[in-house]
Amino acid sequence: MIEFHLDSRSGVAPYMQLIQQVRHALRLGVLHEGDKLPTVKEVVAQVAINPNTVSKAYRELEYEGLVTARPGLGTFVTRTLGGESLDKHAPLRESLERWLSEAREAGLDDESIEALFLSTFRAFSEARA
Amino acid sequence: MTSALTTEGLIKKYGRRTALRDCTLDIPAGHVVGLVGPNGAGKSTLLQLACGLLDPTAGRIEVLGERPVSGSPRVGFVAQDTPVYASLTVAEHLRMGAHLNPGWDAGLAERRIAQVGLDPEQKAGKLSGGQRAQLALTIAAAKRPELLLLDEPVAALDPLARRNFLQGLMELTAEQGMSVVMSSHLVADLERVCDHLIVLVSSRVRVSGDVDELLAGHHRLVGPRRDPAGLGPGRSVVEQSHTEVQSTLVVRSTAPIDDPSWQVDRLNLEDIVLAYMSEPERVLKGQR
Repeated sequence: MIEFHLDSRSGVAPYMQLIQQVRHALRLGVLHEGDKLPTVKEVVAQVAINPNTVSKAYRELEYEGLVTARPGLGTFVTRTLGGESLDKHAPLRESLERWLSEAREAGLDDESIEALFLSTFRAFSEARA
Repeated sequence: MTSALTTEGLIKKYGRRTALRDCTLDIPAGHVVGLVGPNGAGKSTLLQLACGLLDPTAGRIEVLGERPVSGSPRVGFVAQDTPVYASLTVAEHLRMGAHLNPGWDAGLAERRIAQVGLDPEQKAGKLSGGQRAQLALTIAAAKRPELLLLDEPVAALDPLARRNFLQGLMELTAEQGMSVVMSSHLVADLERVCDHLIVLVSSRVRVSGDVDELLAGHHRLVGPRRDPAGLGPGRSVVEQSHTEVQSTLVVRSTAPIDDPSWQVDRLNLEDIVLAYMSEPERVLKGQR
């Protein structure tokens, strides 16, 4: 079971934040096929959020084919995201950590590292598109 | 589906002072509606018109498809500062609720009192602000209303009591499927719990709409100074400020802003509400 949280400063609509959190949990392997999502009432009581918002997020996830609602039982995960690439996360994370310590040794602060990563990532994605 | 609340050209005057003017709204049932605006904008007046405590000076108001009648079992009302009877105990409040309301749900009332940890023998005058608000909410909800109106229910509460109150309110909404209209200053709270928002400024409705659509349809544009009139159709400027070299606009737009000379940022609900509150008169002119 996962727990939701809301960031009210982000400007991202609350239902979208819930969707992103489920996708994130699927991608990181925190949620697996067959896992149950908290019921609307549970989410509402826990996060103090509008029930329609939770239903809307669950409907959207169902439309994307990630979950399915079984009446009277709850909402269940039907497939994961990322698939086999999940096994590759660990080595990739390690090489990223190596890169980060190199950047730190070269004297870059957090803001410079983030800016460098984002600008390189954007340029890379654009070159591929 | 019947609307929870519809108004048409609604006007309320107290003597020569106009508290609400040209108010036209249509709120579908099944929503949690937030009512925001500065003090004296007409929020309490609108809520009191909706529960039949006030009569309109002109115009039409319908609640659940009927003219509002004070004391209707279909509508629950929690007034500002969540008033309770100080000398009565919690249990006596519930007995009185059962006596006054034909559709009283005693099970729900007792369950909630236990859930929020209120002692039935405690005198209401000895309760904390948060406990008093929970008692008032319980009494209003146990009437099993189709529409619950709340006037600034959390304004006086500390953050923890506020969160507990909103959790309780959302749980009741999920269980019973009732519509809710609540006024509040605390937009960050409303962003979580409301799916529809009404902004009242200087006795007028400035904007009313679905929260997700409001979030998706408003942008902050920052770029070299220019005349906002050139933004093109389908885009209205909510707020603007200019320096010699730079223009900053809050824009409502259904289409994406594709002009690359603007830096486009998201806004949260509070930013949007503040933009509407900041320049009421000028924007009204622009919209005509």
